Amino acid sequence: MADVDDGAAAPVSEPLDLVRLCLDEVVFVKLRGDRELKGRLHAYDSHCNLVLGDVEETVYVVEEDEDEDGDETVKTIHKKSEMLFVRGDSVVLISPQGQS
Amino acid sequence: MENGIATQGEGRDPSGFLSEIIGSSVTVKLNSGVVYKGELQSVDGYMNIALEKTEEHVNGVKKRSYGDAFVRGNNVMYISAD
Repeated sequence: MADVDDGAAAPVSEPLDLVRLCLDEVVFVKLRGDRELKGRLHAYDSHCNLVLGDVEETVYVVEEDEDEDGDETVKTIHKKSEMLFVRGDSVVLISPQGQS
Repeated sequence: MENGIATQGEGRDPSGFLSEIIGSSVTVKLNSGVVYKGELQSVDGYMNIALEKTEEHVNGVKKRSYGDAFVRGNNVMYISAD
């Protein structure tokens, strides 16, 4: 009775509660391999498998400038997806909203 | 001594340390080298971490800040109480 886990009212007592509070909100997700996602969190589980809707993916690609001194420029690639299932093992960080 | 376990001594185990530092400001380093500084909200058995007022540092340069951040435990190299 005392601690019925009813969504938003429950306090953040374990890290995944923070993710639960993000359900149906726009989240920022950092993935392995210099990828980032921004989208609405429809579902998640304890592996951090995620279902995101209306997603914008940003991929950072380092390109070596061919002309001498080995300068590097970081190129960003944007992709959009209506719905995305993300496998949990590639997740690094999840943050509400999408501040950047 | 018969079963080799349960003789940890004075209860000084790593997760005890983690629960002691909940609420204080910490530095979390990931295997990728990225560092997060923030207030430790909670930790679980996977070492998943919830941080508050988090700053992301890459190569010592502040890159971003997050109000709240969930870090998946498998990426964590260390957690240090500042």
